[in-house]
Amino acid sequence: MWKLFHQFGSPPHFYRLAGYLIPWFGAAALILILIATYGGLVLAPADYLQGDGFRIIYVHVPSASMSLFAYTLMATAAGIGLIWRIKLAHAVAAAVAPIGASFTFLALATGSIWGKPMWGTWWAWDARLTSELILLFLFLGYMSLRAANDDVGKADRASGLLAVVGVVNVPIIHYSVEWWNSLHQGATIIKLGKPAITGDMLWPLLMMLAGFGFYFATVMMIRTRSQVLQRERKSQWLKSL
Amino acid sequence: MSGPMSGFGTVLARDLRLAFRRPGEMANPLLFFVLITAIFPLGLSPEPELLRTVAPGILWGAALLSSLLALDLLFKNDYEDGSLEQLVLSGHSLPVLVLAKTLAHWVVSGLPLVLAAPLLASALYLPAHAWDTLMLGLLIGTPTLSLLGAVGAALTTGLGTGSALLSLLVLPLATPILIFGARGVDLAVQGLDPVGPMYLLGAILFLAVSLLPLAIATAVRISLD
Repeated sequence: MWKLFHQFGSPPHFYRLAGYLIPWFGAAALILILIATYGGLVLAPADYLQGDGFRIIYVHVPSASMSLFAYTLMATAAGIGLIWRIKLAHAVAAAVAPIGASFTFLALATGSIWGKPMWGTWWAWDARLTSELILLFLFLGYMSLRAANDDVGKADRASGLLAVVGVVNVPIIHYSVEWWNSLHQGATIIKLGKPAITGDMLWPLLMMLAGFGFYFATVMMIRTRSQVLQRERKSQWLKSL
Repeated sequence: MSGPMSGFGTVLARDLRLAFRRPGEMANPLLFFVLITAIFPLGLSPEPELLRTVAPGILWGAALLSSLLALDLLFKNDYEDGSLEQLVLSGHSLPVLVLAKTLAHWVVSGLPLVLAAPLLASALYLPAHAWDTLMLGLLIGTPTLSLLGAVGAALTTGLGTGSALLSLLVLPLATPILIFGARGVDLAVQGLDPVGPMYLLGAILFLAVSLLPLAIATAVRISLD
């Protein structure tokens, strides 16, 4: 197992593997997102209450789940980097932060656009929108702390520690805000028993989630590769590439 | 150098002595607390009804901001004169030492807020039966704020970025404290039992005391590299 760990932690190995995987993941993302868009915008029936307005769910929900996933991934990578001093893990965390921030922003923007026709207002201090806003600040804090450190190694460890402290705090923030106020509709997919959403509407959503996941992985690998290039610019294996 | 808590008392006494020698600096967070609280009636309206409704949020928000204000100094002087490095090299457990530093900082900057809170609460027409909830909440909430802030302070010490970055790091993490604290006071004002949020504040404090000193110590080590 340790051998595998070291192999994955080796920048040249990652660089090659990612270079091989990127086109495949990108293609999968493109195909899934295209089919899901067709399914969501054309095939799925209009909602009996929200009409066609609900269709923004196909962007909003995947962005929101990607934003949370990105933060968890970033903190896990940063934690691995801090504990085992694996530079590649720090490179992953550094690469993920802006993607996560963008997805968070997208979730906020689509939530706001969705809120206008449904709640009659662009912004409501609704629990999940608010936790998403705080998540955006957590990402921005991480990125600013990274930018404030000139030395890459120090920036890695300082921002990594912040991410680890943040990820412990995220559930507390989430539940405190939830308890503070909620007018958001209940969760529709993850529910024990039958989902509260019809199958025609559900499959494009799940497909879109998978598509966003592949897209996320693709961008993450591209960004991590460029991080690796930057960090290893003086190393031998890069010169022989 | 015996026992896991060795050095705790020494650092605590040293930091308190240093703070009491500079009473001006010590008064700053308290003045800030009073000022912020005074700004809201000026900006809103002097109407008692309105002020009473927003008082819990204003008082807690002001407490949060004033505990942030003082954080800059937590490690800065020690970093500049090298005594922070000596603490790391002392052979004592660093998490214990930074816990002592944070406690000293709280005594100087957090405790005065707790004591001044009833005065400001009465200025905002907060009913007297909610004062004990306000004080209790601040008493168990502000130490968590100091601990969270100490992580941020340790991470930004020596960067020369000023306090804007520190606020960006600490404020999002501190939102649960603000929510539970203000909501507790709110419940007390309405004559309901505020024990739920108080328990939650206590639980968060225990979590913070047990985990955050490790994070602060790690942050100090990173800053000194």
